[in-house]
Amino acid sequence: MMHITTPITFKDIKKMHAGDMVYISGIIYTGRDQAHKKMVEAIEQNKKLPFDFEGQVIYYVGPTPAKEGRPIGSCGPTSSYRMDPYSLTLMKKGLKVMIGKGDRSDEFIKDMIDQKAIYLQAVGGAGALLSKKVITSEVIAYEELGPEAIYKLEVKDFPVTVTYDIYGGNLVKDEVNKYRTIEI
Amino acid sequence: MRKIEAQNITNLVKELALDANCNLGTSFMDLLREKIKLEKSNIGKNVLEQIVENDEIAKNEGAPMCQDTGLVVCFAEVGYDVHIIGDLYEAINQGVREAYDEGFFRKSVVDNPFTRKNTGDNTPAITHVKLVPGDQIKITLAPKGGGSENMSLVKMLTPAEGIEGIKKLVLHTIFYAGGKPCPPLIVGIGVGGNLEKSALLAKEAILREVDDINPDLYLRKLEEEILDDINKLGVGPMGFGGSTTALAVKINTYPCHIASLPVAINLQCHASRHKTGVI
Repeated sequence: MMHITTPITFKDIKKMHAGDMVYISGIIYTGRDQAHKKMVEAIEQNKKLPFDFEGQVIYYVGPTPAKEGRPIGSCGPTSSYRMDPYSLTLMKKGLKVMIGKGDRSDEFIKDMIDQKAIYLQAVGGAGALLSKKVITSEVIAYEELGPEAIYKLEVKDFPVTVTYDIYGGNLVKDEVNKYRTIEI
Repeated sequence: MRKIEAQNITNLVKELALDANCNLGTSFMDLLREKIKLEKSNIGKNVLEQIVENDEIAKNEGAPMCQDTGLVVCFAEVGYDVHIIGDLYEAINQGVREAYDEGFFRKSVVDNPFTRKNTGDNTPAITHVKLVPGDQIKITLAPKGGGSENMSLVKMLTPAEGIEGIKKLVLHTIFYAGGKPCPPLIVGIGVGGNLEKSALLAKEAILREVDDINPDLYLRKLEEEILDDINKLGVGPMGFGGSTTALAVKINTYPCHIASLPVAINLQCHASRHKTGVI
């Protein structure tokens, strides 16, 4: 099991291969559909972004509200493919890691390799378990979007699996083919 | 004629919504545990272990098992001999409002598919009312997340395509959905009726319990065959590869037009939430 601390360096990216299980610790930022739309619009209009993207991690999640005494509610990943149209613009600003669930487009994979970034998956639906890995949480932008606002999270040993690496390794294709015994 | 106050319906809906989001039920949890032992992929096994641990935390702490506490689907079976004092639909929505506040659940409903402003209280629910004999009201509540619903579909096949066409459609849908609908899945298949009836049949199919056995022998065999084929696809838990892609296949049918073979596939993620209560 590999341990990685944010912000992410190229040395970290080089270490990770499709299929590796990794624990992430440090600061990560949340963002899903509407936040992505707003960030890309901000970039196009040369406006200020909610945070400096260099070496950073975005986690695609819309958490439930936190109960009293807890930093966050349930917070499992949402489907990543919906963020495909926005990701290249954010990677060009320095974004290095995206965490979500599900596979992504071939165009995304190509852009991700070109930009030397990486895609990781957390277990979809495991929101109660993943909330235990969050130490602090704070809304830093787009509060009006409710669950879609951008949160700054401090996480400890957040469990993810490397899905696509910069060497062309593809967990989805490689592993599924290993267990597939039927033609469709 | 039995009189039932709308407030009683609100109270039941609230109780069912609070329970459904945090507690999967014993038979479902047992099935998941059994699948860990059978899963061939180590990565897949690790995913199943995380899912089981998650569901135990949710149950023990009264926390939602998934952050997507869903759009609430409500099936209300109302007896002919019931007089509801108040508005049934509003009573259901009020129950949803109260549960989603009290349970600290995520509000995931927008008021308009184009302008997309959050309604702030997770209403309206999607409510289906059926009139049945008797003087009771039976409510089944199913909060359903967007991930698995988004990978569902309705397709109008031709009668000539038959069972083979249905199987092919199911296998393609699940293979290309990969990890997006959060496998392992419950696969609800509605066959027959027309466009909208088939979708409703598929939704009702995912609400059948995992250990429920189809009384129709022909359909039972077909459910087993399709489940077996799905688990040969290799998709595995969360699409990470493996032998556990679906936990159950449920097929519900209805008569249809001589020219038609409507097929709906409603995918249900492993957070298979639904609870029933009677007033």
